[in-house]
Amino acid sequence: MKISPEEVKYVARLAHLDLDNEEVQAMTEKLDSILSYFEKLNELDTTGVPPATHTIDTRNAFRDDVTGVSLNQREALANGPLCNEEAFVVPRVI
Amino acid sequence: MKIHELTIRGLKELLASREISAVEATRAVLERIDAVEDKVRAFITITPELALEQAAAADGMLKAGQGGELCGIPLSIKDVLCTKGVRTTCGSRILEPFVPPYDATVVAGLRGGGAVFVGKAAMDEFAMGSTSETCAYGIPRNPWNPEYICGGSSGGSAAAVAAGEGLASLGSDTGGSIRQPASHCGVVGLKPTYGRVSRYGLVAFASSLDQVGPLTRDVADCALVMNAICGYDPKDSTSINRAVPDYTAALTEGLQGLTVGIPREYFAAGLDPEVEQAVLRGIDLLREAGAVTREISLPHTDYGVAVYYLVAPAEASSNLARYDGVKYGFRDSGKELAEMYRNTRSKGFGDEVKRRILIGTYALSSGYYDAYYKKASQVRTLIKEDFQKAFDLCDVIASPVSPTPAWRLGEKLDDPLSLYLSDILTLSANLAGIPGISVPCGFTRSGLPVGLQMQAAHFQEEQLLRAAYNLEQRLDIVGKKPQI
Repeated sequence: MKISPEEVKYVARLAHLDLDNEEVQAMTEKLDSILSYFEKLNELDTTGVPPATHTIDTRNAFRDDVTGVSLNQREALANGPLCNEEAFVVPRVI
Repeated sequence: MKIHELTIRGLKELLASREISAVEATRAVLERIDAVEDKVRAFITITPELALEQAAAADGMLKAGQGGELCGIPLSIKDVLCTKGVRTTCGSRILEPFVPPYDATVVAGLRGGGAVFVGKAAMDEFAMGSTSETCAYGIPRNPWNPEYICGGSSGGSAAAVAAGEGLASLGSDTGGSIRQPASHCGVVGLKPTYGRVSRYGLVAFASSLDQVGPLTRDVADCALVMNAICGYDPKDSTSINRAVPDYTAALTEGLQGLTVGIPREYFAAGLDPEVEQAVLRGIDLLREAGAVTREISLPHTDYGVAVYYLVAPAEASSNLARYDGVKYGFRDSGKELAEMYRNTRSKGFGDEVKRRILIGTYALSSGYYDAYYKKASQVRTLIKEDFQKAFDLCDVIASPVSPTPAWRLGEKLDDPLSLYLSDILTLSANLAGIPGISVPCGFTRSGLPVGLQMQAAHFQEEQLLRAAYNLEQRLDIVGKKPQI
């Protein structure tokens, strides 16, 4: 077993996902077969091979620190499921 | 003459000579959508009023001798690209009410140039899939056989172009999502070099793999759309500042001096014999056009699926963290914030998206990062090096796009791993950042399209287009249309 139902529940919590018991079972089975497949990568000796972070040779893309046009407040709030005049309203945080 | 069957070049000529107006052309395409959409289901949102407004504006631009490459051309846009004022769902319930307040850079460019948007095309949820069956708004059907998948994740885009519901479409490709549906639907699809086309406003799935690209009826049209969408964008920090050639310029040149590499690993066990036959015939035609072929090896091909299905979900788990119900999209209730996040995401995301978020979160989590994500990233370097070495020996690499033709709807829904394995021939290009094209090269006995894939080194799209054009000219396929 590459992954247990408890681990699935733990990872789900990290990802802010709720799974009921049936879903945990189904997900555990599918994830287990997928994670077992990943074992294939251990056939390769990657000692000294740098991890690929970029496909194209790029450098840090900077710009001058000058403010430009952006969304105004009304536009920014327009898709909010719940807002007041100036902010997105959410349930209590703590 | 059926307007919806025209190529972009054909319509441009008629618009230029004023034989037809953009409004008339748009009406004809909208009528076509009305006539076939209940069978094809390529669209999540159809935008007839917007299209006619844009068409009228395009007619004004054309009269004044203005307008861009695609002025007056009706096309569709995969619902993963932000379109200002037009609902953008990414095929997900979690973005059901989302109306972007801005255009993606490629969309803004087309809009400013007078293009006409007929609608937002169906797709796998958040571009995660190879069949478009995870679209929360209905599954698009293959216009060549409605019981078969279109492929994915740009299934709606490919189906729309094949069915005449627009003269082109913008799709996105992270592991094959333009090329594979193009192959299954018998249209041309191109994934540009990473960084060639702006990702600003492309809803992110896997940021180091995603690219926007065209789906069109033929190769010359594909080159035209490339002219319109490629280019540096300072708003995308991964955009490459490099001059955009005229991709239509050298299409008609023959293939003398071109070496085509045939990778033995792409013709391995499991390749459908009809696919192999069609692709080998296509390679023969490349030789007839003057190319020289040679066998090459891409030794790490078989590891690509494991690398991709670790790297892409890892990046996706980060990119999809933003869907929490706070600022946009669907929100479910919760007594406190964390509960709201969990309820919103659990109700709003489909199963495949959840599966990939979990794989990604696991692969990045403490204790597993080295064994999974880092290891995969190291093997990704080996795959990149495979291509670098190959392009010392050849100019383009020719192969199938998919090991099999399209399959029946529902056939692979229960076995995600088998679905992942079918992406083996396309995802390496995304891992290496190189461009790839799928061009129709034949049909199976049962009438399903088969595409031939070509891949080239970074920024060598001109080679791909020239080879694809020469191939297309030697096949009599472009005229063939699905009976819907």
